[in-house]
Amino acid sequence: MAVTIVSPRPSFSEAFYASLQEVADGERIRTCLQCGTCSGVCPFGYLMDFPPSRMIAALRARMFDRVLKTDTVWMCVSCYACTQVCPSKIPLTAGLMARTKEEMVLAGHVPTELQDALEKTLHYGNPLGESPRKRADWALGLDPPVPILRQVRRPVDVLWFVGDYASYHPRVQRVSRALVRVLNALGVDFGILGPEEQSDGDSLRLAGERGLFERLAEKNGRAFRRYTFREIITTDPHAYNALKNAYPELGIAYPVRHYTQFLAERLDQLRPLLKRELKARVTFHDPCYLGRVNGVYEEPRALLEAIPGVTLVEMSHNRSTSLCCGGGGGGMWLDGFQWEKARVRLSEWRVREAVAIKADILAVACPYEPPRFEDAIKMVEGASRLVVKDIAELLAEAMEEA
Amino acid sequence: MKIVVPVKLVPDLVEELLIDESGTALDTTWLSLILSEFDDHAIEQAILLKERDGAQVTVVVPDVEGADDVLFTAAAKGADRLIRLVGPFEPTVNNHALARAFAPVVRELQPDLVLTGVQAHSDLDGPVGPQLAGLLGLPYVGYVAGVRVQGDRCLVRKEHPGALLAEMEVALPAVLGIQAAEEPPRYVAFSKIRQAMKTAAIEEWPVDELDPSGGPAVRRLFQPEVGERATMLEGDVDEIATRLVGILEELGVLA
Repeated sequence: MAVTIVSPRPSFSEAFYASLQEVADGERIRTCLQCGTCSGVCPFGYLMDFPPSRMIAALRARMFDRVLKTDTVWMCVSCYACTQVCPSKIPLTAGLMARTKEEMVLAGHVPTELQDALEKTLHYGNPLGESPRKRADWALGLDPPVPILRQVRRPVDVLWFVGDYASYHPRVQRVSRALVRVLNALGVDFGILGPEEQSDGDSLRLAGERGLFERLAEKNGRAFRRYTFREIITTDPHAYNALKNAYPELGIAYPVRHYTQFLAERLDQLRPLLKRELKARVTFHDPCYLGRVNGVYEEPRALLEAIPGVTLVEMSHNRSTSLCCGGGGGGMWLDGFQWEKARVRLSEWRVREAVAIKADILAVACPYEPPRFEDAIKMVEGASRLVVKDIAELLAEAMEEA
Repeated sequence: MKIVVPVKLVPDLVEELLIDESGTALDTTWLSLILSEFDDHAIEQAILLKERDGAQVTVVVPDVEGADDVLFTAAAKGADRLIRLVGPFEPTVNNHALARAFAPVVRELQPDLVLTGVQAHSDLDGPVGPQLAGLLGLPYVGYVAGVRVQGDRCLVRKEHPGALLAEMEVALPAVLGIQAAEEPPRYVAFSKIRQAMKTAAIEEWPVDELDPSGGPAVRRLFQPEVGERATMLEGDVDEIATRLVGILEELGVLA
């Protein structure tokens, strides 16, 4: 392994501690009660040499260098469960975990799979390593054509920030095309950036690549400034989080909503279009970055309940206690690494919950989830009948003629 | 110890490769260039040697699109000197020309070790390493996957086919064609690359003329064309085997 830049002197702990205080509300780390709730609620806490509360203990004992010698911080999927339960309201996920991962990244101690995703993002603007020129190819052949702002060169009401997986991953491209049908049916005047769009980079930011996140944000900011639009919507809760909570401090601030909020606002217009009955028990998986992090719980459910025939059922973990699919904070590119340590996947736990309540459809609203949950279904006994659909897909299906 | 790493950029296969109007070369309009994978390993091996034994590492790259990114990334990983050769390298040059461009630079820098990727996927006229070594009159060992420097010689592990490894002692200075660095190329945080962009200096060394002589002339460059000579054999295993034997006898390949 490369020589670490982390020197095992006590002053490192102090320097790190000081840097944590620079994160918003970071000074709250001084009020840690060592109650251990964070470590307890963390889905992989039991596998970490240093779960969050022990990390803080090590910091206080000026032994933080020991934490950086282990690699179990990479088990963190940035699900915000710890942040949400902390009685001292310490920004554990965005502060402690992200900064610790940042130290690992600076020292070059990055698991190979994640390294690959980071390098591809730097080079191609997306972690899948696909050509930036093909970012809007998912929309080829659609009628009417999806407006690409650089081509149509006119103001639009809505700029739809599509995102990496929704642009390039074959399974998630279907979700994008479904949303196009819904937006067209509602007569929404929208456009996409296409090849000018870069990864939102939020998962990379939380995986410790702050520098790369800022570079991507700069490029996206330049693209936004070229065009005239009233608001941004996105199908990706991670992009939603970045645009809403992280971009403004970089000087890039636009009104932004997740597509479920946008559509829920138009329910009266949408409801009469949902003619086709879908008789199914549907359960909604609250994405971490839509629900727990940003408090959006009811709009997705309102959309599902508007579909005739749908019976909405809740898994045992729902809303703020929703179980992470395991994709955040770099987790999307750490499957092998995490599997080696855990021998279980968070996405499989979640699928088991859906099976336990006898759901027919697992409804999702985040681009990481269709591939993650469909893979998990293959691994979980009794799950073969379960179907994964994004809310956009279900709405589009309900709009079709019976 | 001084190490020089001459590298080259090659077409990125993520983009579609198109053939230009002449039908003998790639259309460079949409071509994207990236560092050759084996050269990336050569840089990594050089940095590993620097970390282990102390060395000054110089990376040399021809002036094509993407050259600066390669140099700044190398600096962020620990390279000391960055040299961009300025000359008529675009749209593309063969390895004979590249080797002749690198040779005077290496001669001037007087390194103990020259590390370069053992091959690149754009090689048409042999890899750069042996040609460079020939021009410099230096020993060359290719397919190296491990380097230990000991004074005025180095011990290299050379990969042979059949999972055989040879350990060879080579007198320095020498040119090594790197198959794989001892560690996979490290990750370098973007903030470090950004820092290098601000603080690292790229030296521009002029190359007036490029001499590609000795390289092959491309008559035709084309995508694989669908042939029509395949015969699909149908039937059960015994029927197919019988027919196959008959065909092989007909072709005269059975003794």
